Amino acid sequence: MTNANPHRLFRGGAAPAALPARGGIGLKPEHYQYILDTRPAIGFFEVHAENYMVAGGPFHHYLERIRADTPLSIHGVGLSIGGDGPLDEAHLDRLAVLLARYRPESFSEHLAWSSHGGAFFNDLLPAPYNAGTLARVCAHIDRVQERLGRSMLLENPATYVEFEASTMAETDFISEVVGRTGCGLLLDVNNVYVSCINHHRDARAYLRALPLAAVGEIHLAGHAREVDAAGAPMLIDSHGAPVAEAVWALYDFALSLTGPQPTLIERDNDIPEFPVLAAEARQAEIVMARHAKLEAAA
Amino acid sequence: MSAAFARALLQPDAPCPAGLKTWNGSDPAKRFAVYRNNVVVSLVDALADSFPVVQALVGEEFFRALAAEFARANPPRSPVLAWYGDGFADFVENFPPAAGLPYLADVARLEWLRVEAWHAADAKPLPLAEMAARLADEAALPALRLALHPSLRLLRSAHPVVSLWAAHQAEDVSAALGATDFADAEAALVVRDGLDVDILRIEPGAAEFVESLLRGAALGEAAQTAAPFDLPATLGLLLRSGTIIEATPSGRIS
Repeated sequence: MTNANPHRLFRGGAAPAALPARGGIGLKPEHYQYILDTRPAIGFFEVHAENYMVAGGPFHHYLERIRADTPLSIHGVGLSIGGDGPLDEAHLDRLAVLLARYRPESFSEHLAWSSHGGAFFNDLLPAPYNAGTLARVCAHIDRVQERLGRSMLLENPATYVEFEASTMAETDFISEVVGRTGCGLLLDVNNVYVSCINHHRDARAYLRALPLAAVGEIHLAGHAREVDAAGAPMLIDSHGAPVAEAVWALYDFALSLTGPQPTLIERDNDIPEFPVLAAEARQAEIVMARHAKLEAAA
Repeated sequence: MSAAFARALLQPDAPCPAGLKTWNGSDPAKRFAVYRNNVVVSLVDALADSFPVVQALVGEEFFRALAAEFARANPPRSPVLAWYGDGFADFVENFPPAAGLPYLADVARLEWLRVEAWHAADAKPLPLAEMAARLADEAALPALRLALHPSLRLLRSAHPVVSLWAAHQAEDVSAALGATDFADAEAALVVRDGLDVDILRIEPGAAEFVESLLRGAALGEAAQTAAPFDLPATLGLLLRSGTIIEATPSGRIS
Protein backbone atom coordinates (compact mmCIF):
# COMPACT_ATOMS: atom_id res chain seq x y z
CA MET A 1 0.00 0.00 0.00
CA THR A 2 1.37 3.40 -0.91
CA ASN A 3 0.03 5.13 2.15
CA ALA A 4 2.45 8.05 2.21
CA ASN A 5 2.87 9.27 5.75
CA PRO A 6 3.02 13.07 5.75
CA HIS A 7 4.23 13.12 9.33
CA ARG A 8 7.60 11.96 8.09
CA LEU A 9 7.93 15.04 5.92
CA PHE A 10 7.98 17.47 8.83
CA ARG A 11 11.52 18.30 9.80
CA GLY A 12 11.09 18.33 13.59
CA GLY A 13 9.32 16.31 16.26
CA ALA A 14 8.49 12.65 16.60
CA ALA A 15 5.87 11.21 14.29
CA PRO A 16 2.64 10.35 16.10
CA ALA A 17 0.70 7.29 14.98
CA ALA A 18 -1.27 8.02 11.83
CA LEU A 19 -5.02 7.65 11.34
CA PRO A 20 -6.03 4.24 9.93
CA ALA A 21 -6.96 4.00 6.26
CA ARG A 22 -10.62 3.52 7.15
CA GLY A 23 -13.87 5.45 7.22
CA GLY A 24 -14.28 8.10 9.92
CA ILE A 25 -17.11 10.32 11.08
CA GLY A 26 -17.28 13.88 12.39
CA LEU A 27 -18.23 13.58 16.06
CA LYS A 28 -21.39 15.48 16.99
CA PRO A 29 -22.95 15.98 20.45
CA GLU A 30 -26.21 14.55 19.06
CA HIS A 31 -24.46 11.19 18.74
CA TYR A 32 -22.36 11.07 21.94
CA GLN A 33 -24.66 8.81 23.92
CA TYR A 34 -25.47 6.55 20.98
CA ILE A 35 -21.76 5.99 20.38
CA LEU A 36 -21.07 5.17 24.03
CA ASP A 37 -24.06 2.85 24.15
CA THR A 38 -23.34 0.96 20.93
CA ARG A 39 -19.56 1.34 20.43
CA PRO A 40 -19.84 1.28 16.62
CA ALA A 41 -16.81 0.04 14.67
CA ILE A 42 -15.71 3.39 13.21
CA GLY A 43 -12.17 3.89 11.88
CA PHE A 44 -11.76 7.27 13.58
CA PHE A 45 -13.63 10.31 14.81
CA GLU A 46 -12.87 13.91 14.01
CA VAL A 47 -13.74 16.94 16.13
CA HIS A 48 -13.50 20.67 15.56
CA ALA A 49 -10.78 21.87 17.90
CA GLU A 50 -12.55 25.08 18.90
CA ASN A 51 -15.60 23.25 20.28
CA TYR A 52 -13.41 21.64 22.92
CA MET A 53 -11.56 24.75 24.06
CA VAL A 54 -13.67 24.95 27.19
CA ALA A 55 -12.69 24.09 30.76
CA GLY A 56 -14.92 21.09 31.42
CA GLY A 57 -18.44 19.77 31.14
CA PRO A 58 -20.20 17.30 28.85
CA PHE A 59 -18.08 17.87 25.72
CA HIS A 60 -14.89 16.72 27.43
CA HIS A 61 -16.74 14.03 29.35
CA TYR A 62 -17.89 12.37 26.15
CA LEU A 63 -14.81 13.01 24.05
CA GLU A 64 -12.55 11.43 26.66
CA ARG A 65 -14.64 8.29 26.74
CA ILE A 66 -15.11 8.02 22.99
CA ARG A 67 -11.49 8.82 22.23
CA ALA A 68 -10.30 6.14 24.69
CA ASP A 69 -10.87 3.37 22.16
CA THR A 70 -11.05 5.15 18.79
CA PRO A 71 -8.38 7.04 16.81
CA LEU A 72 -8.95 10.79 16.77
CA SER A 73 -8.39 13.64 14.35
CA ILE A 74 -8.51 17.19 15.67
CA HIS A 75 -9.51 19.63 12.97
CA GLY A 76 -9.07 23.36 13.57
CA VAL A 77 -11.41 25.90 12.04
CA GLY A 78 -10.10 29.10 13.64
CA LEU A 79 -6.34 29.54 13.18
CA SER A 80 -6.71 31.83 10.17
CA ILE A 81 -3.57 30.48 8.52
CA GLY A 82 -4.31 32.46 5.37
CA GLY A 83 -4.73 35.72 7.27
CA ASP A 84 -2.86 39.00 6.77
CA GLY A 85 -1.86 39.38 10.39
CA PRO A 86 0.28 37.30 12.73
CA LEU A 87 -1.14 34.05 14.12
CA ASP A 88 -3.17 34.31 17.30
CA GLU A 89 -0.64 32.96 19.81
CA ALA A 90 -3.29 32.60 22.53
CA HIS A 91 -5.23 30.37 20.17
CA LEU A 92 -2.11 28.34 19.42
CA ASP A 93 -1.64 27.91 23.17
CA ARG A 94 -5.19 26.60 23.47
CA LEU A 95 -4.50 24.17 20.63
CA ALA A 96 -1.33 22.97 22.30
CA VAL A 97 -3.28 22.25 25.52
CA LEU A 98 -5.98 20.39 23.60
CA LEU A 99 -3.49 18.31 21.62
CA ALA A 100 -1.54 17.45 24.78
CA ARG A 101 -4.77 16.29 26.42
CA TYR A 102 -6.14 14.11 23.62
CA ARG A 103 -2.97 13.16 21.69
CA PRO A 104 -4.83 12.92 18.37
CA GLU A 105 -3.42 10.85 15.53
CA SER A 106 -3.87 13.85 13.24
CA PHE A 107 -4.16 17.62 13.45
CA SER A 108 -5.37 19.63 10.48
CA GLU A 109 -6.34 23.17 9.53
CA HIS A 110 -7.49 25.10 6.47
CA LEU A 111 -5.95 27.08 3.66
CA ALA A 112 -8.18 30.04 4.46
CA TRP A 113 -8.52 33.00 6.78
CA SER A 114 -11.24 33.62 9.34
CA SER A 115 -10.06 36.51 11.51
CA HIS A 116 -9.22 40.11 10.74
CA GLY A 117 -8.68 43.15 12.93
CA GLY A 118 -9.58 41.20 16.06
CA ALA A 119 -12.91 39.95 14.70
CA PHE A 120 -13.57 36.27 14.00
CA PHE A 121 -15.93 35.58 11.09
CA ASN A 122 -16.60 31.87 11.63
CA ASP A 123 -16.18 31.12 7.95
CA LEU A 124 -13.32 29.89 5.77
CA LEU A 125 -12.47 32.91 3.62
CA PRO A 126 -10.33 32.95 0.48
CA ALA A 127 -7.01 34.67 -0.20
CA PRO A 128 -5.27 35.48 -3.49
CA TYR A 129 -2.60 33.00 -4.56
CA ASN A 130 0.58 35.02 -4.98
CA ALA A 131 4.06 35.39 -3.50
CA GLY A 132 2.86 37.50 -0.57
CA THR A 133 0.19 35.05 0.55
CA LEU A 134 2.57 32.14 0.00
CA ALA A 135 5.19 33.67 2.28
CA ARG A 136 2.62 34.38 5.00
CA VAL A 137 0.95 30.96 4.83
CA CYS A 138 4.32 29.18 4.97
CA ALA A 139 5.47 31.30 7.91
CA HIS A 140 2.21 30.57 9.73
CA ILE A 141 2.44 26.83 9.13
CA ASP A 142 6.09 26.82 10.23
CA ARG A 143 5.02 28.53 13.43
CA VAL A 144 2.10 26.12 14.02
CA GLN A 145 4.29 23.05 13.53
CA GLU A 146 7.02 24.49 15.71
CA ARG A 147 4.62 25.45 18.51
CA LEU A 148 2.71 22.16 18.42
CA GLY A 149 5.82 20.04 17.87
CA ARG A 150 4.20 18.02 15.12
CA SER A 151 3.26 18.25 11.49
CA MET A 152 -0.17 19.38 10.42
CA LEU A 153 -2.35 18.62 7.44
CA LEU A 154 -3.55 21.56 5.35
CA GLU A 155 -6.99 21.33 3.74
CA ASN A 156 -7.66 22.58 0.22
CA PRO A 157 -10.53 25.08 0.25
CA ALA A 158 -13.96 25.33 -1.33
CA THR A 159 -14.17 28.81 -2.86
CA TYR A 160 -16.79 30.91 -4.62
CA VAL A 161 -14.69 33.77 -6.00
CA GLU A 162 -11.21 34.19 -7.46
CA PHE A 163 -8.88 37.18 -7.16
CA GLU A 164 -7.39 39.41 -9.83
CA ALA A 165 -4.31 39.50 -7.55
CA SER A 166 -3.73 35.73 -7.90
CA THR A 167 -0.64 34.83 -9.89
CA MET A 168 -0.55 31.08 -9.21
CA ALA A 169 -2.93 28.17 -9.66
CA GLU A 170 -4.35 26.84 -6.39
CA THR A 171 -2.66 23.47 -6.97
CA ASP A 172 0.74 25.11 -7.52
CA PHE A 173 0.22 27.20 -4.40
CA ILE A 174 -0.59 24.13 -2.30
CA SER A 175 2.36 22.22 -3.77
CA GLU A 176 4.69 25.08 -2.83
CA VAL A 177 3.31 25.21 0.71
CA VAL A 178 3.69 21.47 1.20
CA GLY A 179 7.19 21.52 -0.27
CA ARG A 180 8.38 24.45 1.82
CA THR A 181 6.80 23.59 5.19
CA GLY A 182 6.73 19.79 5.19
CA CYS A 183 3.06 19.85 6.13
CA GLY A 184 0.73 17.17 4.79
CA LEU A 185 -2.39 17.54 2.70
CA LEU A 186 -5.93 16.99 3.87
CA LEU A 187 -7.56 16.33 0.54
CA ASP A 188 -11.17 17.48 0.67
CA VAL A 189 -12.67 15.82 -2.39
CA ASN A 190 -15.95 17.67 -2.02
CA ASN A 191 -14.04 20.96 -1.95
CA VAL A 192 -12.20 19.94 -5.12
CA TYR A 193 -15.50 19.21 -6.81
CA VAL A 194 -17.22 22.36 -5.55
CA SER A 195 -14.33 24.66 -6.50
CA CYS A 196 -13.86 23.06 -9.90
CA ILE A 197 -17.53 23.55 -10.76
CA ASN A 198 -17.46 27.09 -9.36
CA HIS A 199 -14.35 28.07 -11.33
CA HIS A 200 -14.92 25.87 -14.36
CA ARG A 201 -11.89 23.65 -13.92
CA ASP A 202 -11.26 20.00 -14.71
CA ALA A 203 -11.49 18.24 -11.33
CA ARG A 204 -9.36 15.28 -12.38
CA ALA A 205 -6.63 17.50 -13.76
CA TYR A 206 -6.80 19.54 -10.54
CA LEU A 207 -6.37 16.37 -8.46
CA ARG A 208 -3.41 15.21 -10.54
CA ALA A 209 -1.72 18.57 -10.02
CA LEU A 210 -1.85 18.30 -6.21
CA PRO A 211 1.08 16.96 -4.14
CA LEU A 212 -0.73 13.66 -3.58
CA ALA A 213 2.20 11.93 -1.88
CA ALA A 214 1.53 14.25 1.07
CA VAL A 215 -2.13 13.22 1.52
CA GLY A 216 -2.76 12.10 5.10
CA GLU A 217 -6.56 12.22 5.15
CA ILE A 218 -9.51 12.70 2.83
CA HIS A 219 -12.74 14.58 3.55
CA LEU A 220 -16.07 13.81 1.91
CA ALA A 221 -19.16 15.95 2.42
CA GLY A 222 -22.37 17.08 0.82
CA HIS A 223 -22.92 20.36 -1.01
CA ALA A 224 -25.86 22.51 -2.05
CA ARG A 225 -26.62 23.64 -5.61
CA GLU A 226 -27.24 27.25 -6.57
CA VAL A 227 -26.52 29.38 -9.60
CA ASP A 228 -24.31 32.42 -10.04
CA ALA A 229 -25.38 35.80 -11.49
CA ALA A 230 -25.06 34.42 -15.04
CA GLY A 231 -27.10 31.30 -14.27
CA ALA A 232 -24.06 29.00 -14.21
CA PRO A 233 -23.99 26.30 -11.52
CA MET A 234 -22.53 27.44 -8.22
CA LEU A 235 -22.05 24.83 -5.51
CA ILE A 236 -22.02 25.64 -1.81
CA ASP A 237 -19.90 23.58 0.59
CA SER A 238 -22.83 23.15 2.99
CA HIS A 239 -21.96 19.95 4.89
CA GLY A 240 -25.71 19.59 5.07
CA ALA A 241 -26.45 16.68 2.73
CA PRO A 242 -25.24 13.18 1.87
CA VAL A 243 -22.06 12.92 -0.22
CA ALA A 244 -23.08 13.51 -3.86
CA GLU A 245 -22.70 10.80 -6.52
CA ALA A 246 -20.27 12.96 -8.49
CA VAL A 247 -18.10 13.35 -5.38
CA TRP A 248 -18.09 9.58 -4.78
CA ALA A 249 -16.90 9.17 -8.38
CA LEU A 250 -14.16 11.75 -7.86
CA TYR A 251 -13.18 10.01 -4.61
CA ASP A 252 -12.84 6.76 -6.53
CA PHE A 253 -10.56 8.53 -8.99
CA ALA A 254 -8.56 10.14 -6.15
CA LEU A 255 -7.94 6.75 -4.53
CA SER A 256 -6.68 5.42 -7.86
CA LEU A 257 -3.88 8.00 -7.44
CA THR A 258 -3.30 7.82 -3.68
CA GLY A 259 -4.39 4.35 -2.61
CA PRO A 260 -6.64 3.95 0.44
CA GLN A 261 -6.62 6.92 2.84
CA PRO A 262 -8.30 7.73 6.15
CA THR A 263 -11.60 9.16 4.89
CA LEU A 264 -13.92 11.35 6.91
CA ILE A 265 -17.64 11.81 6.35
CA GLU A 266 -18.28 15.44 7.34
CA ARG A 267 -21.78 16.51 8.31
CA ASP A 268 -22.34 19.73 10.23
CA ASN A 269 -25.90 20.69 9.26
CA ASP A 270 -29.17 18.74 9.10
CA ILE A 271 -27.37 16.03 11.04
CA PRO A 272 -29.02 12.63 10.52
CA GLU A 273 -29.11 9.61 12.83
CA PHE A 274 -25.68 8.11 13.39
CA PRO A 275 -26.26 4.95 11.28
CA VAL A 276 -26.82 7.13 8.20
CA LEU A 277 -23.31 8.56 8.58
CA ALA A 278 -21.91 5.14 9.47
CA ALA A 279 -23.31 3.81 6.19
CA GLU A 280 -21.47 6.55 4.26
CA ALA A 281 -18.24 5.74 6.13
CA ARG A 282 -18.74 2.08 5.18
CA GLN A 283 -19.27 3.12 1.58
CA ALA A 284 -15.88 4.84 1.66
CA GLU A 285 -14.33 1.63 3.03
CA ILE A 286 -15.85 -0.39 0.18
CA VAL A 287 -14.22 1.95 -2.34
CA MET A 288 -10.95 1.70 -0.38
CA ALA A 289 -11.10 -2.09 -0.34
CA ARG A 290 -11.41 -2.17 -4.13
CA HIS A 291 -8.37 0.06 -4.51
CA ALA A 292 -6.40 -2.02 -1.99
CA LYS A 293 -7.10 -5.10 -4.13
CA LEU A 294 -6.10 -3.27 -7.30
CA GLU A 295 -2.84 -2.25 -5.66
CA ALA A 296 -2.15 -5.77 -4.46
CA ALA A 297 -2.78 -7.13 -7.95
CA ALA A 298 -0.56 -4.53 -9.63
CA MET B 1 -7.00 42.65 0.74
CA SER B 2 -8.78 41.01 3.64
CA ALA B 3 -9.56 44.40 5.24
CA ALA B 4 -11.99 45.33 2.45
CA PHE B 5 -13.29 41.76 2.31
CA ALA B 6 -13.85 41.71 6.08
CA ARG B 7 -15.62 45.08 6.09
CA ALA B 8 -18.02 44.05 3.35
CA LEU B 9 -18.86 40.79 5.17
CA LEU B 10 -20.58 42.62 8.01
CA GLN B 11 -22.34 45.30 5.95
CA PRO B 12 -25.38 43.85 4.21
CA ASP B 13 -25.70 46.72 1.72
CA ALA B 14 -22.03 47.40 1.02
CA PRO B 15 -20.78 46.62 -2.50
CA CYS B 16 -18.65 43.51 -2.74
CA PRO B 17 -14.90 44.16 -2.43
CA ALA B 18 -12.89 45.12 -5.52
CA GLY B 19 -10.46 42.71 -7.14
CA LEU B 20 -12.74 39.67 -7.35
CA LYS B 21 -13.26 37.78 -10.59
CA THR B 22 -15.31 34.92 -11.95
CA TRP B 23 -14.56 32.49 -14.77
CA ASN B 24 -17.62 33.50 -16.78
CA GLY B 25 -17.51 37.22 -16.09
CA SER B 26 -20.66 37.02 -13.97
CA ASP B 27 -21.16 39.62 -11.25
CA PRO B 28 -19.00 38.47 -8.32
CA ALA B 29 -21.41 40.12 -5.88
CA LYS B 30 -23.69 37.11 -5.96
CA ARG B 31 -20.77 34.81 -5.19
CA PHE B 32 -19.44 37.11 -2.49
CA ALA B 33 -22.92 37.00 -0.93
CA VAL B 34 -22.29 33.31 -0.13
CA TYR B 35 -19.53 34.35 2.29
CA ARG B 36 -21.59 37.19 3.74
CA ASN B 37 -24.49 34.81 4.29
CA ASN B 38 -22.29 32.08 5.81
CA VAL B 39 -20.84 34.51 8.33
CA VAL B 40 -24.09 35.99 9.57
CA VAL B 41 -26.13 32.77 9.45
CA SER B 42 -23.49 30.78 11.32
CA LEU B 43 -23.25 33.42 14.05
CA VAL B 44 -27.04 33.69 14.33
CA ASP B 45 -27.21 29.89 14.57
CA ALA B 46 -24.63 29.95 17.36
CA LEU B 47 -26.70 32.51 19.27
CA ALA B 48 -29.89 30.50 18.68
CA ASP B 49 -28.16 27.48 20.24
CA SER B 50 -27.26 29.48 23.33
CA PHE B 51 -30.52 31.43 23.75
CA PRO B 52 -33.37 29.03 22.89
CA VAL B 53 -35.83 30.50 25.40
CA VAL B 54 -35.22 34.06 24.21
CA GLN B 55 -35.94 32.77 20.71
CA ALA B 56 -39.10 31.00 21.85
CA LEU B 57 -40.32 34.14 23.63
CA VAL B 58 -39.96 36.43 20.60
CA GLY B 59 -40.39 33.94 17.76
CA GLU B 60 -37.78 32.75 15.27
CA GLU B 61 -38.12 35.60 12.78
CA PHE B 62 -37.73 38.35 15.40
CA PHE B 63 -34.88 36.47 17.08
CA ARG B 64 -32.91 36.02 13.88
CA ALA B 65 -33.26 39.71 13.02
CA LEU B 66 -32.16 40.65 16.53
CA ALA B 67 -29.26 38.18 16.49
CA ALA B 68 -28.12 39.33 13.03
CA GLU B 69 -27.99 42.95 14.24
CA PHE B 70 -26.01 41.84 17.27
CA ALA B 71 -23.64 39.74 15.13
CA ARG B 72 -22.93 42.59 12.69
CA ALA B 73 -22.30 45.05 15.51
CA ASN B 74 -20.45 42.56 17.74
CA PRO B 75 -18.66 39.87 15.74
CA PRO B 76 -16.84 37.29 17.89
CA ARG B 77 -13.44 38.31 19.23
CA SER B 78 -12.32 34.68 19.55
CA PRO B 79 -12.61 31.53 17.44
CA VAL B 80 -14.00 29.76 20.50
CA LEU B 81 -17.69 30.19 19.75
CA ALA B 82 -18.78 28.67 23.05
CA TRP B 83 -18.09 32.12 24.46
CA TYR B 84 -19.94 33.99 21.74
CA GLY B 85 -22.96 35.70 23.25
CA ASP B 86 -21.39 37.44 26.23
CA GLY B 87 -22.94 40.89 25.83
CA PHE B 88 -26.03 39.63 24.00
CA ALA B 89 -28.24 40.28 27.06
CA ASP B 90 -27.08 43.90 27.26
CA PHE B 91 -27.75 44.28 23.56
CA VAL B 92 -31.27 42.85 24.05
CA GLU B 93 -31.85 45.29 26.90
CA ASN B 94 -31.10 48.22 24.60
CA PHE B 95 -32.83 46.87 21.49
CA PRO B 96 -35.80 49.23 20.99
CA PRO B 97 -38.10 46.71 19.23
CA ALA B 98 -37.89 44.48 22.34
CA ALA B 99 -38.74 47.28 24.77
CA GLY B 100 -42.20 45.81 25.33
CA LEU B 101 -40.68 42.67 26.88
CA PRO B 102 -38.88 44.03 29.96
CA TYR B 103 -37.98 40.51 31.18
CA LEU B 104 -36.28 39.46 27.93
CA ALA B 105 -32.78 40.72 28.82
CA ASP B 106 -32.79 38.86 32.13
CA VAL B 107 -33.92 35.66 30.42
CA ALA B 108 -30.92 36.15 28.09
CA ARG B 109 -28.69 36.67 31.16
CA LEU B 110 -30.00 33.43 32.66
CA GLU B 111 -29.41 31.50 29.45
CA TRP B 112 -25.89 32.90 29.23
CA LEU B 113 -25.15 31.72 32.78
CA ARG B 114 -26.41 28.32 31.70
CA VAL B 115 -23.87 28.30 28.83
CA GLU B 116 -21.10 29.29 31.25
CA ALA B 117 -22.12 26.56 33.67
CA TRP B 118 -22.31 24.00 30.86
CA HIS B 119 -18.65 24.48 29.91
CA ALA B 120 -17.19 25.34 33.33
CA ALA B 121 -14.40 23.30 34.92
CA ASP B 122 -15.23 19.91 36.41
CA ALA B 123 -15.19 19.28 40.14
CA LYS B 124 -16.33 16.39 42.31
CA PRO B 125 -19.14 17.16 44.76
CA LEU B 126 -18.39 16.45 48.39
CA PRO B 127 -19.88 13.02 49.17
CA LEU B 128 -22.99 13.28 51.32
CA ALA B 129 -21.52 11.09 54.06
CA GLU B 130 -18.52 13.40 54.42
CA MET B 131 -20.72 16.46 54.49
CA ALA B 132 -22.95 14.86 57.10
CA ALA B 133 -19.89 14.22 59.27
CA ARG B 134 -18.86 17.85 59.03
CA LEU B 135 -22.33 19.12 59.79
CA ALA B 136 -22.55 16.88 62.85
CA ASP B 137 -20.41 19.19 64.97
CA GLU B 138 -22.93 21.98 65.48
CA ALA B 139 -20.57 24.18 67.42
CA ALA B 140 -18.17 24.27 64.46
CA LEU B 141 -20.88 25.00 61.88
CA PRO B 142 -20.67 28.81 61.83
CA ALA B 143 -16.96 28.68 61.04
CA LEU B 144 -17.33 26.15 58.24
CA ARG B 145 -16.15 27.40 54.85
CA LEU B 146 -17.73 25.87 51.76
CA ALA B 147 -15.99 25.61 48.40
CA LEU B 148 -18.61 25.63 45.65
CA HIS B 149 -18.69 24.09 42.19
CA PRO B 150 -16.90 26.14 39.48
CA SER B 151 -20.08 26.08 37.39
CA LEU B 152 -22.15 27.86 40.05
CA ARG B 153 -23.78 31.12 38.91
CA LEU B 154 -26.45 33.32 40.48
CA LEU B 155 -28.92 35.76 39.01
CA ARG B 156 -31.24 38.06 40.91
CA SER B 157 -33.93 39.48 38.66
CA ALA B 158 -36.89 41.83 39.01
CA HIS B 159 -38.70 39.41 36.68
CA PRO B 160 -39.86 35.77 36.98
CA VAL B 161 -36.86 34.48 34.99
CA VAL B 162 -36.79 30.97 36.44
CA SER B 163 -40.50 30.46 35.86
CA LEU B 164 -40.18 31.75 32.28
CA TRP B 165 -37.24 29.44 31.64
CA ALA B 166 -38.96 26.46 33.26
CA ALA B 167 -42.16 27.10 31.31
CA HIS B 168 -40.21 26.47 28.09
CA GLN B 169 -39.06 23.09 29.36
CA ALA B 170 -42.66 22.05 30.07
CA GLU B 171 -44.82 19.83 27.85
CA ASP B 172 -47.48 22.52 27.57
CA VAL B 173 -45.53 25.77 27.25
CA SER B 174 -48.60 28.02 26.89
CA ALA B 175 -50.22 26.61 30.02
CA ALA B 176 -46.99 27.05 31.98
CA LEU B 177 -46.61 30.61 30.71
CA GLY B 178 -50.24 31.29 31.57
CA ALA B 179 -49.53 30.30 35.16
CA THR B 180 -46.56 32.68 35.40
CA ASP B 181 -47.05 35.89 37.37
CA PHE B 182 -45.08 38.47 35.39
CA ALA B 183 -44.88 40.74 38.44
CA ASP B 184 -42.78 38.21 40.40
CA ALA B 185 -39.13 38.92 41.12
CA GLU B 186 -37.05 35.73 41.13
CA ALA B 187 -33.52 34.64 41.96
CA ALA B 188 -31.85 31.77 40.13
CA LEU B 189 -29.13 29.36 41.14
CA VAL B 190 -27.44 27.83 38.09
CA VAL B 191 -25.15 24.85 38.56
CA ARG B 192 -23.98 21.85 36.56
CA ASP B 193 -24.92 18.65 38.31
CA GLY B 194 -23.25 15.76 36.51
CA LEU B 195 -23.80 16.40 32.79
CA ASP B 196 -26.87 18.61 33.12
CA VAL B 197 -27.21 22.21 34.16
CA ASP B 198 -29.86 22.82 36.82
CA ILE B 199 -31.64 26.15 37.00
CA LEU B 200 -33.25 26.41 40.44
CA ARG B 201 -35.37 29.13 41.93
CA ILE B 202 -34.11 30.24 45.31
CA GLU B 203 -35.15 32.89 47.80
CA PRO B 204 -33.48 36.29 47.38
CA GLY B 205 -31.92 35.88 50.84
CA ALA B 206 -30.55 32.49 49.85
CA ALA B 207 -28.97 34.09 46.77
CA GLU B 208 -27.29 36.68 49.00
CA PHE B 209 -26.09 33.86 51.27
CA VAL B 210 -24.55 31.93 48.37
CA GLU B 211 -22.97 35.11 47.01
CA SER B 212 -21.30 35.60 50.41
CA LEU B 213 -20.06 31.99 50.38
CA LEU B 214 -18.58 32.61 46.92
CA ARG B 215 -16.72 35.60 48.34
CA GLY B 216 -15.20 33.26 50.95
CA ALA B 217 -17.36 34.07 53.97
CA ALA B 218 -17.83 31.36 56.59
CA LEU B 219 -21.26 29.77 56.94
CA GLY B 220 -22.31 31.75 60.01
CA GLU B 221 -21.31 35.13 58.66
CA ALA B 222 -22.91 34.44 55.28
CA ALA B 223 -26.18 33.41 56.90
CA GLN B 224 -26.29 36.40 59.25
CA THR B 225 -25.69 39.07 56.62
CA ALA B 226 -28.34 37.81 54.17
CA ALA B 227 -32.01 38.76 54.17
CA PRO B 228 -34.13 36.15 56.02
CA PHE B 229 -34.20 32.79 54.24
CA ASP B 230 -34.54 29.09 55.01
CA LEU B 231 -30.97 28.03 55.80
CA PRO B 232 -31.51 24.26 56.24
CA ALA B 233 -33.52 24.09 53.01
CA THR B 234 -30.84 26.06 51.14
CA LEU B 235 -28.03 23.85 52.46
CA GLY B 236 -30.08 20.81 51.46
CA LEU B 237 -30.51 22.19 47.96
CA LEU B 238 -26.77 22.94 47.65
CA LEU B 239 -25.98 19.38 48.76
CA ARG B 240 -28.50 17.66 46.50
CA SER B 241 -27.41 19.66 43.47
CA GLY B 242 -23.75 18.73 44.02
CA THR B 243 -22.82 22.38 44.50
CA ILE B 244 -20.64 21.86 47.58
CA ILE B 245 -17.26 20.43 46.65
CA GLU B 246 -15.41 20.98 49.93
CA ALA B 247 -16.18 22.03 53.50
CA THR B 248 -13.33 23.06 55.75
CA PRO B 249 -13.41 24.14 59.35
CA SER B 250 -11.81 27.58 59.53
CA GLY B 251 -11.18 27.80 63.24
CA ARG B 252 -13.29 29.45 65.91
CA ILE B 253 -15.12 32.63 65.23
CA SER B 254 -15.20 35.11 68.05
